[in-house]
Amino acid sequence: MAGHSTYVPQTGLTRWLDVRLPILRLAHETMTTFPTPRNLNVWYTFGGILTFMLVVQIVSGVVLAMHYVPHADMAFDSVEDIMRDVNYGWLLRYMHSNGAAMFFLAVYIHMFRGLYYGSYKAPREVLWILGMVIYLLMMATAFLGYTLPWGQMSFWAATVITNLFSAIPGVGEAIVTWLWGGFAVDNATLQRFFSLHYLLPFAIAGVVVLHIWALHVPGNNNPLGIDVKSPQDTLPFHPYYTAKDAFYLVLFVIVLAIFIFYAPNYMGHPDNYIPADPLVTPPHIVPEWYFLPFYAILRSIPDKLMGVLALFGAIFTLFVVPWLDTSKVRSARFRPIFKQFFWILVADCILLGYLGSQPADAIWHAGGVEIQLVWIARLATAYYFVHFWIVLPVVGFLEKPLPLPDSIAKPVLPKGHAAAA
Amino acid sequence: MRKILALSCAAALAFAAPALAADEAEHPKQMPWSFDGPFGTYDRAALQRGFQVYKEVCAACHSLKYVAFSAFDDAGGPGFTGEEVKAIAAGYQVPAEPNDQGEIFDADGVRLTRPGIAADRLPSPYANDKAARAVNNGALPPDLSVMVKARHDGPNYVYSLLTGFAEAPADMTMAAGMNYNPYFAGHRIAMAPPLLPDMVTYADGAPASVEQMAHDVVTFLAWAAEPKLEERKKLGLSVLIYLAALAALLYLAYRRVWRDAH
Amino acid sequence: MAHSQSAEPTRRDFLYVATGTVAAVGTALATWPFIDQMNPSAAVLALASIEVDLTPIEQGQSITVMWRGKPVFIRRRSEKEIAEAGAVPLAELPDELARNANLPADALATDADRVTRPEWLVLIGVCTHLGCIPLGQRGDYGGWLCPCHGSHYDTSGRIRKGPAPENLYVPPYAFLSDARIKIG
Repeated sequence: MAGHSTYVPQTGLTRWLDVRLPILRLAHETMTTFPTPRNLNVWYTFGGILTFMLVVQIVSGVVLAMHYVPHADMAFDSVEDIMRDVNYGWLLRYMHSNGAAMFFLAVYIHMFRGLYYGSYKAPREVLWILGMVIYLLMMATAFLGYTLPWGQMSFWAATVITNLFSAIPGVGEAIVTWLWGGFAVDNATLQRFFSLHYLLPFAIAGVVVLHIWALHVPGNNNPLGIDVKSPQDTLPFHPYYTAKDAFYLVLFVIVLAIFIFYAPNYMGHPDNYIPADPLVTPPHIVPEWYFLPFYAILRSIPDKLMGVLALFGAIFTLFVVPWLDTSKVRSARFRPIFKQFFWILVADCILLGYLGSQPADAIWHAGGVEIQLVWIARLATAYYFVHFWIVLPVVGFLEKPLPLPDSIAKPVLPKGHAAAA
Repeated sequence: MRKILALSCAAALAFAAPALAADEAEHPKQMPWSFDGPFGTYDRAALQRGFQVYKEVCAACHSLKYVAFSAFDDAGGPGFTGEEVKAIAAGYQVPAEPNDQGEIFDADGVRLTRPGIAADRLPSPYANDKAARAVNNGALPPDLSVMVKARHDGPNYVYSLLTGFAEAPADMTMAAGMNYNPYFAGHRIAMAPPLLPDMVTYADGAPASVEQMAHDVVTFLAWAAEPKLEERKKLGLSVLIYLAALAALLYLAYRRVWRDAH
Repeated sequence: MAHSQSAEPTRRDFLYVATGTVAAVGTALATWPFIDQMNPSAAVLALASIEVDLTPIEQGQSITVMWRGKPVFIRRRSEKEIAEAGAVPLAELPDELARNANLPADALATDADRVTRPEWLVLIGVCTHLGCIPLGQRGDYGGWLCPCHGSHYDTSGRIRKGPAPENLYVPPYAFLSDARIKIG
């Protein structure tokens, strides 16, 4: 990765530029010749997909901001103006709302890929942490953005989430008043949320640059989890991975397009088409699907402060995963016990997501027995923490991994065949 | 194997439904709508009849404040002509801008009005929410511009509500002014049954049964909530065809690039 | 790179060129909504033309209406004003062009070419100097006087004295009936 650059500027202009600002050299090294493991599979295309989605969200967001009015009296009206009167406004709005949902789908696949293949392990701990920072910023951005249409869910989600901070002993109430700019969520809150919603995506873009830089120092991990040993293990990023990423990107965009054009409100909540009313609480306040697992964790703890700590603890846990997993072997392909627990974690997260969507007092009737869902949520929450804080360290220590292959190229290339230069 | 088991457990649990509490709204009747599905469009005749129902029945209490008259001759809508739109607009009185004396009320305190123009939005029956509540026993008839999107399974819900009024069961106590409707959460709704057979004489001569009027006004309200539906589905088809073609080309290019790698 | 590149360059290149072209065309088409959204929205376009009822306007009276964000003077001229406007020789006018959107650009500023019907004068009430709104029935020529820098316009809205370079513009308009005009 730290190697001699092979870029040779071809024209007078590019030579002139290269001496002053070697930006084309940088592009050449990071996106063209960059040696990438030859065995990356489909799960490794989501980084490129995420970059594309960030651009989509920023571009669609900037044009929407030309028409949106961030005032409590006009916000809902301005969104309807966008949907009805602005040329292609309906398309831009649905692109932005469904784009956000697909952005989170991609980020969860990307994160689970990292957990499965051990991409967080040394020397990529900082890469993982930067990724978690991006995830945190994405969650903040999405929360802020959801309040902007000023529908019922916008208003009450803002009320519930800002009220969480009152759990902080002593200064909690003052912090909440400071966040609100008043005595309740109101216009002052909406206006500052708009300002921050516009700002944060550019912070995300900056951290993405650091994230890619941190990736390029050691280079990509790969499904085998073993280090690159020779140039035979790698291929230049262009054209191999530009071609592969482009193809899978278009598949992803097809799914996004199906939502935008044929089911634009499927992932949303109908209550957000009711203008915000501070005097009427919706029967079920529910966040968007990508927040549901954390919502379930928050509600499973009866104590307010402990619930908030559990919520932030669940996110903080992800930050320290590189130190919780004690295994020397990276990839789950060679860790049969770890692999089982990985899939149980996936099921647990999906279960938590489902539980977050249900009313807090929901009851299951299964074979004559009545089970309160909140108890299932408590079990699922407990398992989440058990997985990271107990299973990962213990399994890493006790498990006997399968034998690792000698190199990346060996299982892939036929014997004696020379790799592409 | 374990992976499949774990995932199917999660999926199975997702389908275990919690029991319906008493007084929870009944599942709406499922009706076929011309605008359903990826190729659905609005039935233009139904839109025009639906507008007539809205105007003659619903508009007495419910505003439609996001719909402009100028939308009525847009593609994918009721299909009125430009002249018809001007005539429809002119038939309404909308609140007037201040006159040369700066007044907006006349000598009797009544709001000054002027005939509507195409650029105007449909006027509200009430000056404000409090005025609406004062006339309706404290209840606020909601604006209907996006009602079909503001309720789960919107078109079926509104249709079921309009056709679902019935005698209250013997064991249910109804407060004065409340009406029984099993499709409304709590089964008690402040709105009296709005549709009676033949209360509207359709311009195209169609029989005005309650079901027909409900069907037509729901179609109209669906358009009011999603006027761009037809344009959206049409563009969606072009976009998906294009993306499929691009995906095919990219796949071939990807395989060609990688052929030499092994 | 690959060794077999020389084997069939045309077929491979065609695939890559075709793919690249299709991708580029799609990307170009996809930019259109982002550009078009800045064009006037349907709500703005709905007010691109307005209709004005002329019946309340007496002879010798003017009203001002807003059209596309600008004031439009509509004046029902008296016989005296019409006669005065018609009697001015073209050579006396600093700006000899009609500035009438209903006529070709080279039409001259005779009073007949400043109006559709002599009784009704329709002008965009924005001074052609720096954009202030002139005051009516003032100034040395019986027309309008701009208070900002002292431009005087006559009873046909033509500049006679002062820094304004051009006559007040006549917007596109048409009579729908004797008592109704549509502007724009």
